[in-house]
Amino acid sequence: MATQHSRAAARLMITPAVFVLLVWMLIPLCMTLYFSFADYRPMRATFEPWIGFENYGRFLTSSAFTSSIVTTLQMVGGILCITIGGGVLMALLLDQPIFGQGIVRILVIAPFFVMPTVSALVWKNMFFNVDNGLFSYAYKALGMQPFDFLSQAPLFSIIVIVAWQWLPFATLILLTAVQSLSSEQLEAAEMDGAPALSRFRHIILPHLSRAITVVILIQTIFLLSIFAEIFVTTNGAFGTRTLTYLVYQRVLESQNIGLGSAGGIIAVILANIVAIFLMRIVGKNLDT
Amino acid sequence: MARAISTNKKIMWTSLAWGFGLVMFFPILWTFLTSFKSEATAIADPPVWFLFDWTLENYTAVQERSNYPLALSNSIIIAVGSTILGILIAVPAAWAMAFVPGKRTKDVLLWMLSTKMLPAVGVLYPLVLLAKWLGVMDSRILLIVVLMLINLPIIVWMLYTYFREIPGEILEAARMDGASLRNEIIYVLTPMAVPGIASTILLNIILAWNEAFWTILLTTVDAAPLTKFIASFSAPEGLFYAKLSAASMMAIAPILIMGWFSQKQLVRGLTFGAVK
Amino acid sequence: MGRITLEKVQKKFGEVEVIPPLDLTIEDGEFVVFVGPSGCGKSTLLRLIAGLEDVSDGEIRIDGKPATDLPPAKRGLAMVFQSYALYPHMTVRKNIAFPMKMAGMDQAEQDRRIAKAAGALNLTDYLDRRPGQLSGGQRQRVAIGRAIVREPAAFLFDEPLSNLDAALRVGMRMEISELHKSLETTMIYVTHDQVEAMTMADKIVVLRAGHIEQVGSPLELYKAPRNVFVAGFIGSPKMNLLGGSHAAAHDCTTIGIRPEHLDVVASGGTFTGRVGVAEHLGSDTFFHVHVDGIAEPMTVRAGGEVGLTHGDTIHLVPQADKVHRFDDKGLRIA
Repeated sequence: MATQHSRAAARLMITPAVFVLLVWMLIPLCMTLYFSFADYRPMRATFEPWIGFENYGRFLTSSAFTSSIVTTLQMVGGILCITIGGGVLMALLLDQPIFGQGIVRILVIAPFFVMPTVSALVWKNMFFNVDNGLFSYAYKALGMQPFDFLSQAPLFSIIVIVAWQWLPFATLILLTAVQSLSSEQLEAAEMDGAPALSRFRHIILPHLSRAITVVILIQTIFLLSIFAEIFVTTNGAFGTRTLTYLVYQRVLESQNIGLGSAGGIIAVILANIVAIFLMRIVGKNLDT
Repeated sequence: MARAISTNKKIMWTSLAWGFGLVMFFPILWTFLTSFKSEATAIADPPVWFLFDWTLENYTAVQERSNYPLALSNSIIIAVGSTILGILIAVPAAWAMAFVPGKRTKDVLLWMLSTKMLPAVGVLYPLVLLAKWLGVMDSRILLIVVLMLINLPIIVWMLYTYFREIPGEILEAARMDGASLRNEIIYVLTPMAVPGIASTILLNIILAWNEAFWTILLTTVDAAPLTKFIASFSAPEGLFYAKLSAASMMAIAPILIMGWFSQKQLVRGLTFGAVK
Repeated sequence: MGRITLEKVQKKFGEVEVIPPLDLTIEDGEFVVFVGPSGCGKSTLLRLIAGLEDVSDGEIRIDGKPATDLPPAKRGLAMVFQSYALYPHMTVRKNIAFPMKMAGMDQAEQDRRIAKAAGALNLTDYLDRRPGQLSGGQRQRVAIGRAIVREPAAFLFDEPLSNLDAALRVGMRMEISELHKSLETTMIYVTHDQVEAMTMADKIVVLRAGHIEQVGSPLELYKAPRNVFVAGFIGSPKMNLLGGSHAAAHDCTTIGIRPEHLDVVASGGTFTGRVGVAEHLGSDTFFHVHVDGIAEPMTVRAGGEVGLTHGDTIHLVPQADKVHRFDDKGLRIA
């Protein structure tokens, strides 16, 4: 395809992008790695450049870490369940012949484009607020005691907010996948006498499995670093402190850089485990 | 082939779909309605739906708050600036990878994507430190560069997939027709790539506009964009729902419209071509 | 002028040798067809001549001048691609004008050549349309028009008809042949379809795995295939190739008999078998005959009047002087 001359030019053209990403990746990451082995607390003017794995030990054995992992898993798991389950149903629904399909699609997709701080604040104040939120009005209208979502069920509240933002993403991708299923295949199954439910189980679901995997992996990567929604609703209180948030607090709030950096490195390792699987799928697709 | 569907069935699916659609859209609709209410009406019990005195006072009030225009202009400058910078770096790279693929092209692409998956907290402190050291903390240029870097893999990736759809034979035809590399880019490649570049720009502006980790943590006042500005509403100060709604609408309206135009590109851009 | 010579031209992709060192001369004004099964290196060879691929070793000369290191644009060749490779954002006029614009030709001359080409190719009414609005055949003509206006030393065609339907293909085949007659410019044409090769070529180059199997005029290849491969590849329907005792009777390893060189006789005959599938085309009848002791059914071309059908017994006699003989290396025995 190419000649020598164009190869050299190509290398030159890729260089800037590779260079800036390499710098972006390596310098801060190496600094974090360096700090993670140091006792570095600027507020107390403490700087001990090498304390071995003490930060890692302290971070991993602290109760805050264990609970943050549990919170993270609950949050990510909850959001994934809602978005995948809801996404499959919405995608199948939107694939049906309906009036005004384009408009419905726009309505469904809209939440994805709402700024995270906006959606968190809108839900927090106008829906979950115990005095003036819409849900409280609804409870009262039904003769029930209003429920204080953000202090009684803070984790659930955040899951609802974030799931609302990501359900459109799952729906859109799964809809794309549903539409790529050939109708001939479904008609063949119908001719073979498969009822609707088993057509879903044996044809649609296997067809969607790849798209579902991709949605799970991509969402996991983004969801592991949820920040703004927690920042403006609970600020990490009431059992909503995820790993990301814990690291943020250690680094910027309590200014224990060494400990926070160790946490940061742990977060990087965990994210990479997910990333490897995603890369493998993406990489396979590149070959075709 | 499509079959005739009974009208009843279609009406059933339609009402179901519209029902779900409206539930999803409701928070935005409610924010929209509230933004035109007076603060007292905004918290009326029972809630008022459409029949209230529509007012624009919240919009004027928010705009008069000293830092709103600044936050808006920061958002625009940061989103557009990081996108332009990203495109300038990404177009040559994506072009080269799409049309002169080498043995390592795939590895380079995957490596670029992997940088996107680096959790932000992993590099939070070094970045704050470097920014302070360079004296660029709370500056637009810092955010332009940082947002460009976090979105660069997506830009390269999207452009790569668009460029790859341009048949190689056309570029060879141009070469046979006597076009130099420069002419090939000006007369053949660019016109064919414009739609792809445009949608990449659109999606990237959306992503940069809504980014809410670095924009919150790396700014205080001067460079604070709308994400940070809105977050400052998190401490309730009495009657403020209507104003919060007005500020929210102003922050999301332009992106909502751009977003609706870029639905298709969204799938491509955020799944890295793994779903077609 | 377009005399093209390849001397020991070789192409490797990494360690893989796609084209072993190869010599070939294409005379000025000749219509040469490279033919072979897919993956035989015919397109690669064309692209080496075009300059779209670097030669690993050897030398390419165009009109005696070394062209091995010249970029495609400097070789004075024009190419018509399989996918037509029209510029989708340009009108037909601009597509055709593009090579002239790149060469910096003055506008009046450009317009004159466009008008001439459009007239010759029936494109005059479509000059302001875009490729997307044209049919496959029209796109093909635009691609040819874009090649003609350059007045190149030689035209290169890379499977140009493979995206057209059968009827259009026959029409375009004639148009390209007529174009060659009127322009008298060298043309190199790549195809996997031996019918295209037979109908269009002055000279056919049969390739397999990067090797030239035989070079010659269509009738030379038909009458005297140099080996079993060429024998099986050229001619439609395919030649019947038989080994074993039938070949031994002719004192060789393999014999080849073309379907049109088998006569149907009432009784006796060299081969007796049962008719499997009978294709009655009116003008001709093709029989696929199962003969005991021969694994593959033999193909026979008989006149349109022969009324045998499935299951009938058939007796066949090869025309004595039309039996091709090949030795144990597959080479022709004269």
